[in-house]
Parts: sequence; structure tokens; C-alpha cells
Amino acid sequence: MGHDERGRCGGDASDVDCGEAVRQLYVYLDGELTEQRRLEISIHLDECGPCADAAGFEAELRAVISSRCKDRVPESLIARVAAAIAAEEESQASGPGSPPVPA
Amino acid sequence: MADRARFAEQAMEHMPALYTAALRMTRNSADAEDLVQETYLKAYRSFDSFTEGTNLKAWLYRILTNTYINSYRAAKRRPEVSDVEDVEDLYLYHRLSPGDGSGRSAEDEALAGFTDDEVKDAIEALPDAFRIAVLLADVEGFSYKEIAEITDVPIGTVMSRIHRGRRALQKTLAGFAEERGLVTAGPAAAS
Repeated sequence: MGHDERGRCGGDASDVDCGEAVRQLYVYLDGELTEQRRLEISIHLDECGPCADAAGFEAELRAVISSRCKDRVPESLIARVAAAIAAEEESQASGPGSPPVPA
Repeated sequence: MADRARFAEQAMEHMPALYTAALRMTRNSADAEDLVQETYLKAYRSFDSFTEGTNLKAWLYRILTNTYINSYRAAKRRPEVSDVEDVEDLYLYHRLSPGDGSGRSAEDEALAGFTDDEVKDAIEALPDAFRIAVLLADVEGFSYKEIAEITDVPIGTVMSRIHRGRRALQKTLAGFAEERGLVTAGPAAAS
């Protein structure tokens, strides 16, 4: 079954139609709607199978994007940054105008 | 005011996330490593301006993002386009779901089938402003408000970049799904 994005579907207990639900879907999934708005969209998704399916897909896609996008930090970089900070600490401790050493 | 002596113990744990973001921004590991090192040095030097107890990760991302924009973006050979194509809502979903009652098999197969390289390539194909917004939202999970503070743009602009960037990303991903024969040809039917 399909759904008409401009029309209503799945009953009318909620005042949100499919087009509106789809437009607000990202903000809904991002958890950035006001509580009242979140509730309205949530009621629509409970009542409308096609919109709920689309919302489920978008949420899964988000999880896929996040999980496929991890890179391992090279050990050499960790060592390099640690050494650079240590060198900076050294020069600050001995250089002129260095801040007071904490007790 | 934060104590510099405690910088390393607090900041080093964020390096995997910062390195991932740096890779997506610069699109190559040599620049990403330099960018991360520069970010940490700048952060160390200005650590006493960081307010202890506030979001250190967001503060580090702000330095990373500014350093990338100021030092690395201009150095790229590739001319940077500044906009993305307008792509409709639910682009990928509609391509994978022809609405003929065939169920969720193509959707599930496509989601399971996207490789790390495909997802990374799709993100890296986005223009800078959209790439950074999508990275911060979808890979790092920052809120709109945090992204607005990190990138120094109004929340409305952040939302527009995230949403348009995601739709453009979906179009690239749909291309990969199409190569596997998982998408329907042409625009999805309206009903």
C-alpha cells in the first residue's frame, strides 16, 4: 500500500497529515521538536503504517551511516600529539612569562 | 578556568572522534593527522579559556572546524561547490520501496549492504558546509544548538544544511544501491 503525502491516512485522531509528518521527520528523529509537536508526530506514526515504515527506515539509515563511519586513530598520531603537548608544556614551564605553576 | 596540566587527561579520549571528522573533512589521512595535531596544540594553548564543566568535546570540534576552514579548505586543489542539489524527502526510501507490496527486502538489503567506503565516499562528496553539518549531527550526534555553536551559524542555517545534506547523501547512496539492482528506475510513484 502507498500513501498520499498530501492527504491524510490511518484515521484522524491526530491532526498531522502525512506530508507534514514527512517534513518534520528529521527534526522528530533528531529529538529537536517541542514536546507538543513530538507527541503529534508520534501519534501520527502510531496510526499510519506507511509513515511509520519510512520513519523506521530513516532511523536505521542514520544508525548505518554512523556505524560505517568510524576510523581507527593511528598509534603514531596519538604519540605525536602527546609529544607535541609535552614539548609545549616544557617550553611554557621554562620560558619567560610563563604562568604561575599550580600548587 | 581550566587547568592546562589536566588538558591531556581530559582531551586525549576525544581523538578517535576528532580524527574521524578530520578524515571526512580533509579526505586524506596525511592532512587529517596534521589537522588533529594542530587542533590539539591550539586547544592546549587556549585551554585556560575553556570553562571547566562545559562541553569539552564540542569545544574541541569548534577548534577543529575553524582550523579546517581557515587552513585546509583553501589548500584543496578541487574547486569547492557551495551548494547541493535539491533532493526530495525520503529519496532513498522511495527508490527502494516501489510500493508494489514487495515488502522491505530491498530496504533491508540496501541498508545491510552499504560498505564503510561507500558511506564515507558519500559523506566526502558533500560540499564543505553540508558535510560538516551532517558529520556533526549524524556521526557525532551533536544537537542543533551545539552544531550552531561549533560552526558559528544560526540554528535555522544548521537545520537547513543538515536536512539538505542528508537528502543529497541519500541520492549518492541510492546510486550505490542502484549498482546492486536494488532501486527502481525513475522517480518513485506518488501512491
